[in-house]
Amino acid sequence: MKSKLIPLTRRGLLGLAFGGAGVAALSLPARAERISTAARIVIIGAGAAGTALVNRLVERLEGAQITIVDARAEHLYQPGLSLVAAGLKPQSYTISQTTDWLPEGITLVAENAAAIDPVAKTVETTGGQTLRYDFLVVAPGLVLDHDAIPGFSLDMVGQNGIGALYAGPQYAARTWEAAQKFTEEGGIGLFTRPATEMKCAGAPLKHTFLIDDISSRGGAAGRYEIHYAAPQAATFSVPIVAEKVRMLFEERGFTPHMRHRLVSIEPGSKRATFEKTETDATGVELRSTVELPYDYLHVIPPQRAPEVIRQSGLSWSDRWTDQGWIEVDPHNLRHLRYPEVFGLGDVAGVPKGKTAASVKWMVPVVEDHLIAAIQGREGTESYDGYTSCPLITRVGRAMLVEFDYHNNLVPSFPGIIAPLEELWISWLMKEVALKATYNAMLRGKA
Amino acid sequence: MKELTFETLIAVFEEIFGQGLFWAMVLTALVVTGAYIYVLVRDRAMSMRKFLLAQLSMPFGAIAAVLFVQAVTSSHFRDIGGPVDVMVLLGVAALGAVGTAILVYTAQSLFRRKST
Repeated sequence: MKSKLIPLTRRGLLGLAFGGAGVAALSLPARAERISTAARIVIIGAGAAGTALVNRLVERLEGAQITIVDARAEHLYQPGLSLVAAGLKPQSYTISQTTDWLPEGITLVAENAAAIDPVAKTVETTGGQTLRYDFLVVAPGLVLDHDAIPGFSLDMVGQNGIGALYAGPQYAARTWEAAQKFTEEGGIGLFTRPATEMKCAGAPLKHTFLIDDISSRGGAAGRYEIHYAAPQAATFSVPIVAEKVRMLFEERGFTPHMRHRLVSIEPGSKRATFEKTETDATGVELRSTVELPYDYLHVIPPQRAPEVIRQSGLSWSDRWTDQGWIEVDPHNLRHLRYPEVFGLGDVAGVPKGKTAASVKWMVPVVEDHLIAAIQGREGTESYDGYTSCPLITRVGRAMLVEFDYHNNLVPSFPGIIAPLEELWISWLMKEVALKATYNAMLRGKA
Repeated sequence: MKELTFETLIAVFEEIFGQGLFWAMVLTALVVTGAYIYVLVRDRAMSMRKFLLAQLSMPFGAIAAVLFVQAVTSSHFRDIGGPVDVMVLLGVAALGAVGTAILVYTAQSLFRRKST
């Protein structure tokens, strides 16, 4: 009799589950009414930010002339590059076609922007077209300045112990070729990061942790050292996270070289030269040159806004002058001097947020303010610097670190997923759910 | 995560498995569940013999589900880092166990009706 009750209970549970799904379905957000407009909107860049925004705009606007400008045929899922560079995913995991994600009813100009005139409100393309706009969204991403490191060039990646995973899927795959050799043979692994702002500032750490983890279980076990060299004073911009990373470094026996900026490499002798900065008792900065040997070197070059942006007069004139990020209000991403211009994604001159997770939060804010501007009112949404980093600490574990402009932790699942604990569930999110969420975001659905 | 609505969740699952496979899996789950309810209503009783076999299959379903999830996510038991991970692991095991039990019971009822 007792066991007879079991399936009934189970049915009850099923009923509850279906009921729950029904209730959830009923609570779908009501679709806002579409707004009629003849506004000309130009979006520079069909990366994560441009694509997610254009898919949301076509749902909200009726009759707008939307043009997206991007010459790249391939869309890159950049959060996957760390996994490719650790041999966990093939390079195809990160590649899709730009056109796969773009909606109907817009114009794709498959060229790059060559010049922007924010006074005349025009964009010139590399093919010689002149696009007039009422609203401009600048989201071209950033450029990796590989030439800034003498001795290094991209064709070296994958050989003689040199990796550079940011440079794209094929370079991430070649980075793994070099790193894999290290995980089998051991030696000195030297991991760097640039002095500039950079996209996903957690990725240099992820690569370090992953290669250490794989080495510790590979042929190199017991025969390798990990050195981490960075120009900053701390391993992470958020102090509480930096402190946790310091503890992990200690636990795993890494040697940190803080305030070390990579200036050049000698691939022949496998030595890297750093500029080391020290502050003496009187507060004066002293610079010296330090050479560090390596068997495996991970290079991340300085990162800057594309030249077309830096020439356009849209950049900050008193901040990041060597990098050229766009001068926007940090909370609504609107240009401070040209209110019809928005800066979105990597190119936005805000203190945090060069990640796809930030883009997910930035896009609805730009959408809100852009549509409000079309309607002649002020937008209400605000971006507070949300950035998320599933900081992988080994194959199978990560810390789901989320923070804002104020260096506060802003966990999505407080009390359930602890941000500073190395957890399997955080790894599962990175491994399984992140790309899916990213793709849903591209389609404007997340 | 900014807004975790039901729509977002469906979109995410569609992206994980692909639209076709995801809805095929949902359909399969619904068909198996429907068939299970059907045999319960049809027979008006639990067959203890079938239920015994279904119960015996549960540990295998639980282990298979855990190993499957670990295999597709490059994970191992050593990666369990906190209470929430144990809950996820047990949740996966429980889903595998219950799913297998329902499947085994339903399959027996549909194809070995005489053996009650």
